[in-house]
Amino acid sequence: MFDDINDLYQQVILDHCKKPRNFHEMPAATCSAQGHNPLCGDNLKLFLTLDGDVIKDASFVGSGCCISKASASLLTDNIKGKTKAEAEKTFEQVRDMITTGVVNGDVGKLAVFAGVHKYPARVKCAILSWHALIGALKGEAKPVSTENEQT
Amino acid sequence: MSKTVDWSALRKDFPILDQKVHGKPLVYFDNAATSQKPRAVIDALVHYYERDNANVHRGIHELSNRATNHFEAARTRAAKFINAKSADEIIFTRGTTEGINLVAATWGAKNLKAGDVILLTELEHHSNLVPWQMLAQKTGAKISYIPVTGDEGVLDLSKLDSLLTSQVKLLSMVHISNSMGTVNPVEEICARAKKLGITTLVDGAQSAGHLPVDVQAIGCDFFAFSGHKICGPTGIGVLWGRQEILDAMPPYQGGGEMILTVGYDKTEFKAAPHRFEAGTPDISGPIGLHAAMDYLDAIGRENIWKHDQELANYAYEKLAALKNIRLFGPKQNRAGLVSFLLKDVHAHDVVTLADQAGVALRGGHHCTQPLMHKLGVESTARASFYFYNTKAEVDVFVDVVKEIQKFFGG
Ligand SMILES: Cc1ncc(COP(=O)(O)O)c(C=O)c1O
Repeated sequence: MFDDINDLYQQVILDHCKKPRNFHEMPAATCSAQGHNPLCGDNLKLFLTLDGDVIKDASFVGSGCCISKASASLLTDNIKGKTKAEAEKTFEQVRDMITTGVVNGDVGKLAVFAGVHKYPARVKCAILSWHALIGALKGEAKPVSTENEQT
Repeated sequence: MSKTVDWSALRKDFPILDQKVHGKPLVYFDNAATSQKPRAVIDALVHYYERDNANVHRGIHELSNRATNHFEAARTRAAKFINAKSADEIIFTRGTTEGINLVAATWGAKNLKAGDVILLTELEHHSNLVPWQMLAQKTGAKISYIPVTGDEGVLDLSKLDSLLTSQVKLLSMVHISNSMGTVNPVEEICARAKKLGITTLVDGAQSAGHLPVDVQAIGCDFFAFSGHKICGPTGIGVLWGRQEILDAMPPYQGGGEMILTVGYDKTEFKAAPHRFEAGTPDISGPIGLHAAMDYLDAIGRENIWKHDQELANYAYEKLAALKNIRLFGPKQNRAGLVSFLLKDVHAHDVVTLADQAGVALRGGHHCTQPLMHKLGVESTARASFYFYNTKAEVDVFVDVVKEIQKFFGG
């Protein structure tokens, strides 16, 4: 019945939403940020452990839809070992990919989110954790919200 | 008592229903958000713009007379629709939200002070929460809530006596809950409040177009509803208030249409309802709403209610037979909607998948976030019905739900 929707719910996404990786609190985190999507109530918290400029560890907790959970799960896998600047560059690539469908450069497994742009109502779900990442790197005190996302 | 209605013939009055979405026949189950519009309403709007369009009340020419007559005829029709005593008790608004805000901004600002209590219920839509929170912040009044019992979403009226203290000045409550489908016993609650001199408001957004409404029988002081949920256009709603209460209320917005005489330092205001309708109003809105009210009452709202309830009960029973599903709302006397959650599947994923099968549902907090948090959830998926929906559509919907469970390996 749902053959056409595999571009949204790719196997990798289904796998990460059912078994999210790095899905735990991190008491020793050096920074964290809350992401909130007021439209659907999705709420997640991202934890980072920084060693100088390098992201040593990343994890998240919270509740959300399949897309937002899988996105956070893949994000935490992806950014481990990256420098701040590298993570920010990945954010930009992912944001462009999610909103336009065009993949610029190598984003690895994250390419599974390229199909999301065809589902405008779900773009915010996919991008939530990435906003939290930028919030955490900048040390934002206020929870980041998807509400100002221009899509 | 009720005549037999040819429901499938009525369906043909709705051009929008005859289409495919993602290659599948559209099953429109998002009626609690907004209803579709019958040909009669669309034609009334087109006719107005093609033949009668002019500004109301200030013109002397023929078109302005026609527009004014149609506009005021809609007011009279709205009074009849909810059995108000007079058309002067009908204020046109943008919708339920504006109606409630109008009461808060005028009646509320005049009558509430620090220490007073506004009594609401835990079922309320944000539009019957936020205006009161804003008013409470301004006046120092407090808000308390009639609690709900849990997933059934029924009010626990055993707490009502202790909540109806002498500080309560206003009781505002939803008639039918848009997220649970609960039908509140508004007559009984208003009667108990009235004995204590408490002013009452009923949010009729989900009731006005679905069951016969008689504001005098309900016994409330204000009743608000939206045109777009009852087959009318968006941007038009009705606030009904008791004449003597409206007469004592200060104006809402200032401007044209609402004045008797204006000087540079002093203005005399018109009486209700015009005092509350500043500026050029939505004129096509009431005209479309008029056609919608005629259309609904030709079917009979008692028939619509029976049909709504039949579909909701049918859907509820079929869903209750599934595994790994959590159902919300009352088991008895349910309005025409079903709210549910599938185990380990987020409501938004349900809605995205259902959409692929042509079924339009809603997923989210349904503007009842505090209620969702009380029930320990972020959101639910909701199917909401109207008279043009069929049992065959419910069958399609339930099959889709089963497929969604399979898709997520449940
Ligand atoms: C119970 C209830 N109250 C109020 C409203 C607000 O109506 P509107 O958005 O038309 O002003 C709604 C609409 O969703 C509702 O369901």
